[in-house]
Amino acid sequence: MNVLLGAVAYDQKVVTIWNGFRTWLRACGLDFDYVLYSNYERQVEDLVNGRIDVAWNSPLAWVRARRLAARRGVPLTPLTMRDTDCDLRSVIVVRSDSAVRSASDLAGRIVATGAVDSPQATLLPLSLLRSLGLSPGPEAAGPCGPGAGVTVRRFDVGVGLHGDHIGGERDAARALFAADPAGRVDAACMVDSNLLLFGREGTLPAGSVRVLAQTPLYDHCTMTAHGASPGIARLGELLLGMDYADAALRPLLDLEGLKEWRPPRLSGYAPLERAVDEAGFYDADGEVTAAGYRP
Amino acid sequence: MAAVDLADLGLDEGGHLLVARAVAALAPGERLTVTGRHPALRLHLAAWCRASGHQFAGDGTPAVVKGGAADRRWAGAARAGDAAGPPEARADQRWGLAARGALVEAGGPPLGAHWSQREHVWADIAPQLYAAAAASQWDPATAVDWAAPAVAVPADIERAVVQLMTYLVENEQAALVIPARLLSQLHPHYREVMQLLASQAADEARHVEVFTRRALASGGPLGTSSAGGRASLQTLLDEPDFTTASFLLSVLGEGTFLDLLRFIADHAPDRVTADVTTLAARDEARHVAFGVSHAAHLAACDRSYLGTLRQAVERRHAALQDTAGLNAEVFDSLVLLAAGSWAPAAIRHGWQAVRDLRARMDEGRRRRLAYIGFPDDEATELSALHTRNFM
Repeated sequence: MNVLLGAVAYDQKVVTIWNGFRTWLRACGLDFDYVLYSNYERQVEDLVNGRIDVAWNSPLAWVRARRLAARRGVPLTPLTMRDTDCDLRSVIVVRSDSAVRSASDLAGRIVATGAVDSPQATLLPLSLLRSLGLSPGPEAAGPCGPGAGVTVRRFDVGVGLHGDHIGGERDAARALFAADPAGRVDAACMVDSNLLLFGREGTLPAGSVRVLAQTPLYDHCTMTAHGASPGIARLGELLLGMDYADAALRPLLDLEGLKEWRPPRLSGYAPLERAVDEAGFYDADGEVTAAGYRP
Repeated sequence: MAAVDLADLGLDEGGHLLVARAVAALAPGERLTVTGRHPALRLHLAAWCRASGHQFAGDGTPAVVKGGAADRRWAGAARAGDAAGPPEARADQRWGLAARGALVEAGGPPLGAHWSQREHVWADIAPQLYAAAAASQWDPATAVDWAAPAVAVPADIERAVVQLMTYLVENEQAALVIPARLLSQLHPHYREVMQLLASQAADEARHVEVFTRRALASGGPLGTSSAGGRASLQTLLDEPDFTTASFLLSVLGEGTFLDLLRFIADHAPDRVTADVTTLAARDEARHVAFGVSHAAHLAACDRSYLGTLRQAVERRHAALQDTAGLNAEVFDSLVLLAAGSWAPAAIRHGWQAVRDLRARMDEGRRRRLAYIGFPDDEATELSALHTRNFM
């Protein structure tokens, strides 16, 4: 009963987390090991190809895994997600004193986003703009003409990490207040928790921004297995049984950013599926079609 | 239903403290409604709830439904003894560096402190001695009258003073390193002992300073450092056990030094020499008091420990048997200092004074050994085995 899990090394702490979980899971009798990936695309491909049993997937990785697996007839089993993966929202903010009063006022202006593959700071907020009748387009395409065009200025930090690295998101927020007018943007996109974080850490001083629009609720990471096996089922049980009162586990849970694992749900990914299609990020079969995306 | 109003305070400027405070009073599953005028209140609150293990209820007035996991951080927490003392007989390594009496979350690295049993480090007088030490700290810059008009100290007497100061610095450096080493392996649950050892090391740092300054006052080079003297001090540094190290250093070594420092002060040819040795002796008296009290405390708990202390003295004596012991130039300097001149009659007087000094040192050691619990005959025997290097 052995299980091999893949996780993306978006931060050094990932080693601490999975070394710790591995020790704990093995002590519970599960022959568990993990491998690290430098980006989610390769992890998803390996999951669908059966090279790993389980992938700790970003929401975007889930979308691609689902599409690839459907095309190839590979069964995927959602295993678990964190309590903190449920019911997120992304927002588009402007400076408090901005003349932009509604999303439609963004026409002809510059919106800053996170990395090209960030669900929360790029794909979902841009989908929101489209749903409001705007046409976001890359800055490289030149200034948008009259009409509903919005220039998107991307902050591509940690491409391939699907936005796990929040550096791009923070840079986008900072660009709202860039001293150089050429570097300044009219609006910035971020997830609700980073709106709070950037406020607390002073990147966005209290009262300095106004929320212009917000996405519907969506879900974030999800753990996905290739097929089903007793080992995979046991891993799911053990993760769901992790207790925050356990002093050996608590520091690991804190690092991973959860209090408890929850049973998986797949109802929260529809907005992202739509955003991926609109942006042409993956095709219906899960192939990468995003222009210039090279993790 | 519980409620909190944040007025216009945002969760990005401290509002979460009010929410967390109100949630803390609830049982898991209970609701707290949150009102306020901050434009991003709902967004902030939803994000805060997610990160804090609570449920956000966004229909109507926003509310927090307390989650079950948040309080579980403290499920296995325990108090690290009683802040006011007395300290516990055994200090738990898992308490780590937590304050005595703190509520300690389970987990975290264990401390790995060598000395974590009360009887091996404690003395009931430690709190009072620390208070006295804190109240008696002096500033080397002002406590000594460095500008006192220089009396014309004869050159040979001055050389004797410089030699004695050189010797004192060497010994005080040993007396600094030893409590510092004990300190690094002591469980901080025994807070007053930790504080006392820290002040002891700080005392010795000042002594090193003032003795060095006095040695350099006449502008000449420092005196000599003998191999035998250093060998004697090295045996103190090598002593692995808390109580035997404290016993050899503070009871026998610093106890003997009390008489030595007073002797130098009594025969000092100048005000500065008298000041620095008097100030140092005052500090050393506290170090001796702790050493004696601690050894007596342990011996009272475990009579057999007297045997361990005895063995430590015998072991050190054996290790030093083949060394010269005291630097001859130090001994000669003491005689000359007490003599005041090279006149034969004066030297006879000086010689007698140093002999009396050694008798007083021996008497002091026997008295302290008896207080610790040694029978008189054994105290006499052990005192005689003490190093010729005094410390």
